[in-house]
This record gives sequence, structure tokens and C-alpha cells, in this order.
Amino acid sequence: MNDFSTAFSTALTLLMSGDEDLMEIVGLSLRVSLFAVAIATIIGMPLGAATALYKFPGRKPLIVLLNALMGLPPVVVGLIVYLMLSRMGPLGVLGLLFTPTAMVIAQVILITPIIAALSRQVVEDMWHEYGEQLRSLGASPLRCMATILWDGRYSLSTTVLAGFGRASAEVGAVMIVGGNIDHVTRVMTTAIALEVSKGDLALALGLGMILMSLSLLINGAAFVLNEATAEKSR
Amino acid sequence: MKLSGFRVLAAAMIVLATGIFTAPPASGAEDYITMASTTSTRDSGLLDTILPMFEEKTGIAVRVVAVGTGQAIRLAKNGDADVLLVHHRPSEDAFVADGYGTGRRDVMFNDFVIVGPKDDPARIRGMVEVTRALAKIADVKATFVSRGDDSGTHKKERGLWKLAGIDATGASGGWYRETGSGMGATLNAAAAMNGYTLTDRGTWLAFNNKADLKILVEGDERILNPYGVILVSQKRHAHIKAAAGQTFIDWLTSTDGQQAIANFRVNGEKLFVPNAK
Amino acid sequence: MSQSILPLELDGLTFEAGGKKLIKEVSHRFEANRKTIVLGPNGAGKSLLLRLCHGLIEPSAGQVKWATASGREAAHHQAMVFQRPVMLRRTAAANVEYALSLRGHSGRDRARLTERALERTGLAHLSDTPARVMSFGEQQRLALARAWALAPQVLFLDEPTASLDPAATHAVEEIIEAIDSAGTRIIMTTHNLGQARRLADDIIFMHRGRIKETGSTETFFSAPKNDLARAFINGELLWKKQKEISL
Repeated sequence: MNDFSTAFSTALTLLMSGDEDLMEIVGLSLRVSLFAVAIATIIGMPLGAATALYKFPGRKPLIVLLNALMGLPPVVVGLIVYLMLSRMGPLGVLGLLFTPTAMVIAQVILITPIIAALSRQVVEDMWHEYGEQLRSLGASPLRCMATILWDGRYSLSTTVLAGFGRASAEVGAVMIVGGNIDHVTRVMTTAIALEVSKGDLALALGLGMILMSLSLLINGAAFVLNEATAEKSR
Repeated sequence: MKLSGFRVLAAAMIVLATGIFTAPPASGAEDYITMASTTSTRDSGLLDTILPMFEEKTGIAVRVVAVGTGQAIRLAKNGDADVLLVHHRPSEDAFVADGYGTGRRDVMFNDFVIVGPKDDPARIRGMVEVTRALAKIADVKATFVSRGDDSGTHKKERGLWKLAGIDATGASGGWYRETGSGMGATLNAAAAMNGYTLTDRGTWLAFNNKADLKILVEGDERILNPYGVILVSQKRHAHIKAAAGQTFIDWLTSTDGQQAIANFRVNGEKLFVPNAK
Repeated sequence: MSQSILPLELDGLTFEAGGKKLIKEVSHRFEANRKTIVLGPNGAGKSLLLRLCHGLIEPSAGQVKWATASGREAAHHQAMVFQRPVMLRRTAAANVEYALSLRGHSGRDRARLTERALERTGLAHLSDTPARVMSFGEQQRLALARAWALAPQVLFLDEPTASLDPAATHAVEEIIEAIDSAGTRIIMTTHNLGQARRLADDIIFMHRGRIKETGSTETFFSAPKNDLARAFINGELLWKKQKEISL
């Protein structure tokens, strides 16, 4: 129990003092995960919607594949991206290894399947309800997709939050491709891993509490936003 | 103004994009080299102290990727690092011999110690001869935690068991536990299991979860831990920052660098002995 | 004034699904300016027939022939209202405007046509209300307003009042009458014999995927020729009887 109370007071002290290193790490964590989730949404959501609405050969295997990829182990993704970005790898010339960009790439690969698979399900369920009426009104398949995505934005925002949660919580991928370099690629999760390996468990736990508070804050903000804008569009 | 969902979404996207694109670029115009080193080196805290000195003097930042010895060497072979700083002579020599590095320089050494439970079931406290101590641990089948990760420390430990004539890995899962992780995690495990383990003094001094463990065996010449620094060969990888890398190696082995190493203290104790020639 | 898409000719229409023939060689001609109601017991294929005519499903055999050459043109002049109203998560007005935008109307036009449609269906006061919080009856009237705003030549309605209470049913029937008076051709299905009597000019009676009898409303209800039709009108078309009466 001692560790927990020390952790709590450590967390509070760090936050109150506005510790510079902490702020830097939090800032980088947010930038990497938010950027990754934004890109993953732009790729994954239309992909999921298209899979739900269009018929094409290999559609059912694709659905199974997307669902399975939701369980991609982060450390495996990190390893694969490392092999791609390493100087010995095919994309080595880009010199992206050990940069935040590499971390974003790894996280995009990790969470795009989540967003695609979940939005496919949401869109497919909505299509059962909306399909006939939209077709009767004369909406083209592309227009149907846009209308359903917009109308389902509250359910879909949950899938985005799920993706963000996965991204901000993972350590395996960003550790390998980022290298946990101080002031360059150190994020909350890798910092926590570092403190654990140094035996500084209270600090690690404190950082963990801060990370979870961050997640709470973001989800809370999303919730308030949803409520505020839902007025006209229940 | 009506809080329409569409407007909010558009605003959020703009804020997000601004935040991301105006963020200070991590790899700006600054000069830097990438150094592959080990977790124990990083965990000792030495690099956090001396690298800023180098940056202040030369304006070159040193970005440290701290992983296990095996992984550090792999990174250097792949050309993903400019400089290699590890502590396993055989691997370092092979690295240079195979053409991956252009020459090895001595930097410093520290030592390994055996830590263990303060009630010492194997009765090894105060011993100096490390192989006899290991033999006694095997005799009573006291819990021994190994890194098991092919790191410099792990290779050292394996070498010692061999010298003592004991097949420890044969007992893996029994009294001999292999964690497959870094020094910190292994120490955490030893603390939790109240077992013996071989650790470098640096990590031990900086470790914050010692629980009931104490240093029991130290001083044997065979558990000295010498460090070598190598510049990755530009012939192998054209993009290597050879000039900046060499500047760093020169500084590390110069009077300034060596003095900085000697001055480094953990809890008041000197940790590394500089030995560049 | 665009070309009329009527008359609609159904020629040997057949629809198969899951190995079973659900619509069997249906032929019929729909002229303009009549309200037709399709009657029949459950499983007769009434809803399927409507969907085949409207183009929501493809027939396995036979043809749906509109007076214009292309099916796309014909689709542009049709609309359909379903048993359960499907509304987007927006205001009532926005739902109508959405439909109009699909047909290519300009912004100013959309606002004007929407206002008129809502007024004519008695929903003007709910213009800014989120459509999905409206009562079921109001949503169904909104569905009619949305369809009406498109000024269709043909309006299909699949059991539009099956889920409504009598007051809402009455309101919906009034709107259907108004749409008919304004010149739209109504083709509708219902369970409700009283409603059929009230609204229809012509009746089509279907049983197990076939048209068994057609005729004007008076003729059908006063002197049905088909045994099944007679049984249906008398409310006697139960399972037992269905087995006894041969097809």
C-alpha cells in the first residue's frame, strides 16, 4: 500500500509543479497518439464503411481479417516497422527510425484495423435500418456511405476513442521504433517502463496515474462534446 | 452560436492540425548522433550526467537508444546507430573484425557484484572468489535469477557458471530462473523472489527497489565489467555521421571525458573507473 | 412538366429467394389517376411486389416496364413510404431537405419546398424538432411530407399505418388523399379492410405470390369472384382453410 500512496503524492507533486520533463513527455504522447488516431480514422473508417456497403469478392475473408487484426500484438508491429525502417530495411533511406514519425506509423498500423472493424459493424447495422429508404430516395452508394457515417457519428466516435485508447496505452511498438530516447521519443508508456526497470516503482505508478487521468480527461471531453452537439440531432 | 456537431468537428480538426504541425520538431536543425548502448549503462545514470557536458562543449546532442547488448550490436550492424557503447569484449572485437566498426577504444570499467537475500542461505557473504560462491548457490539450490537475454551481463554470467563447472541452465525453471529481461526487471524479480543475482554495480546503486537484497560477493578480478566504444564503419553504411561520432569518441577518451566519468557518483559512491589509453 | 412514367406494366414478374418462388408470374397494368391497394394475407407477397415495382429488388424473371425508356428516369419520379419511418438524426426540416438535395434541388428551392411540404402535412410547428424524438405518427407524416416534397408521379406505401393508433392513422389517410388529389398515383398495401374500402379506387388481391383477383373497390367488396378473396373479406382466411382451398 505504501507504493500506492507514494505514487499518488508523486503524481500530484509532478503535476502541480508543472514539471518540465513531464509536460514534454505528455505533450509528445498526445501528439503521437492523436496524430495516429486521426490518420487511422481517415484510412479505417471509409474502409470499414465500404466493406459494410459494397459487395466484392473476398469481402467475408476481409471482415474476418480485420477483426483478427484488432488483436495485433504491439511488440510485433514494432518489430515489423523496425525491420522496414531500419537502414538495412527497404525504407531505411527515409531515416525515420527513432523519430516520433516512426512511432506514429507503428500506431497507425496498430489501430487502423480496430477502427475499420468496429466501424464496419456500426455501418452494417445502420444499413439494415437505413438501406431501403436511402436507396428509395435515390442516394448513390457513395452518398449512402457519407450519410450513414455522419448519422452514426456518435457510435463511430466511440470507435475512435477505442482506437485512441489502444494507441495511448501501448508501449511495445513505440519502444522498439522510437527507442525511448530522452527528449526525443520518450512518451508516457515508455517512461513508465523505464522507471519500472530502474526499480522506481512509485514514480512509475505515479506516471501511470497521470496517464490514466489524461485518458479520463479526453474521454470526458468527448462525452461533453457529444452531449452538447446532440441537441439537434438525437 | 448554435453548437452544431459539424462546426465542432471542423474546429476540433483545425485545433488538432495546428497543434501537431506547430509542435517543436524533435529532430530539428540540431546536430546529433545516435548511440546504441545498454540498459545497464543508461540505468546507472552516467550518460544523463556526462552527455550534456559533451553537448555543451560541441553542440552535438547524443541520442541514446538503450537496449540489451545483443540488440545494441544488432542496431549498430544495421547502421541504425552511429556509435556503439557496450561492455562485452568478445562481441566488440567480433564487431570490428567483421568490418562493422572502425576500431575499438577502452572507455571505463565498473564491476559486477552478486547480490542476494540478507539471510544468505548459501552462506556466501564476504567471499571474493566468485566461482566458489556460485558453486555454493548451486549446492543448496538457492534461487538464482538470471537475465537470460543474451546481454553482456548475461554472457558474463554464463561464462562464470562454465568456469565453476556448473550447468545452471539445466536447472532452468527450478532454482535457476531466467527472466529474459533487462537488469532492472531482473532485480525486481530477485527482490520479489528473495533470490541471488549477478548485477553490475551501477544498476544496483541506482536501483530503488532493493527490498531485502544486499551485496554479498565483490572484488573478484573476473567480474570486472570493461566498456568499449566503437564508431560504426562508414564504409559499411554511407550515411553514418562519422565525423560527429569520432568527435564524441575523442571527447569520451580525452582528459575531459575521462575526468567526468571519474567524478560520477551514485549515492556518494564512485561507480566507474576510466581507463582509456 | 416531365414525361409521365405511367402506365406501369408488370409482365410475368417472378421472384425467387432461398429456393422458393415468392412471386409467381404476376402481370398487371397500372394506369394513371387511380389509387390502388394491394390486399392479401401475410406471406402473399404484397410488400415484395411493391419493392419489385419500385426497383428495390430485381425480379428473377419477367419485367417491370415504365412508360419512359430508362429505369433511372422512372426511379426519379417515384417515392416510397415504409411501415416504419426511417429518419436521419437531424431536424424534421433537415430530413426533407436531405431528400431534396439528392434530387438536385438548389438551397433556396429546398427550403421553400420543405416549408410547403411540412405545412401541408401539419408539421410546420415541428420543423426544428429532432425527427427521432417525434411521435411515431408524426414521423410517419414526416415520411409522407418528405416523399411529397419530391413531387413523385408514383408513391408506393407499404402498410403505412400498421403501427399507428387510430388518430394517427386518420391523419395519415388524409395526407394520402391530399397527395392523390395533387396528382400523384398511389400504390399501397394494407391489412386493414376498412382502410382499403376508404381509400382505394382499385383492389388487387394476392395470395401466395399470385394475383387472384383485381377490380374496382365496389366490385371487389360487394361481389368477389375468387373464393380466397371472399374468405379473406369475411376474415376467414385462416391456416386450416388455406390448406382446404386448392390453388
